[in-house]
Amino acid sequence: MYRGAAMKLRDVVSILDAEILAGSENLDLEITSACGSDLMSDVMAYVKENVLLLTGLVNPQVIRTAEMMDIKVVVFVRGKVPGKNIVDLAAEKGISVLTTREPMFVACGKLYSAGLTGRGA
Amino acid sequence: MGDNVIKLDYVIPGDDFSVAGEASSNVKKVLNQLGIPPFIVKKATISMYEAEINSVIHAGGGNAHVEIDNEKIVVEITDQGPGIPDIELAMQEGYSTAPDEIRELGFGAGMGLPNIKRYSDELEINTEVGKGTTVRITIRLKA
Repeated sequence: MYRGAAMKLRDVVSILDAEILAGSENLDLEITSACGSDLMSDVMAYVKENVLLLTGLVNPQVIRTAEMMDIKVVVFVRGKVPGKNIVDLAAEKGISVLTTREPMFVACGKLYSAGLTGRGA
Repeated sequence: MGDNVIKLDYVIPGDDFSVAGEASSNVKKVLNQLGIPPFIVKKATISMYEAEINSVIHAGGGNAHVEIDNEKIVVEITDQGPGIPDIELAMQEGYSTAPDEIRELGFGAGMGLPNIKRYSDELEINTEVGKGTTVRITIRLKA
């Protein structure tokens, strides 16, 4: 299986100029692959590894999906800021939550260009 | 675990999509505590979560009954919903009868039942139109 070069969560925060809303204790977490999707059923169907998930979908089921999939980081794109219930649920599950102003395509492109090329499938 | 059977029961509320997944989350916790290998836990919880979501989307909630013994995990989700008129159609990837407001939540793309089949070792669906549906998922703990 091809794996992209690893980067740390702190690198992701910096590359996406993101704000970290939950799980800031995990900044040294190694990220090797990522997945961008607004469709949680697709995430569950195709993702095999513990990816970083980028999504424009904002509801508690995003965190639930991440929980079931052992996904440790969720990035909300397009400047979406999840509500307290979502952030609290993530914090409870040990899932880091980021928000970036970048749109999905640009956010994925920036991470890919920076070497995060693992697709997690 | 010996010969003990662990039984867990949950009510799946049908009126609040934001709490859908609570039962699966709880089962995941229990499976992890039992020391079941992570890839098996993942198979079981993804299958159960999709079935749980289905019962909320299509049937106004239902009940979950889970039994864990030293050979398998069996998850049974029962609802009193509308039933599935054509199972073969429902098993096709991309086929869905979910309303738009569910699609806006990131579900209802017709991947639920196919995902359950993908991750489970056995899948049995008993359904009767107008009466309800029982989805029985078996995950084996041994190869």
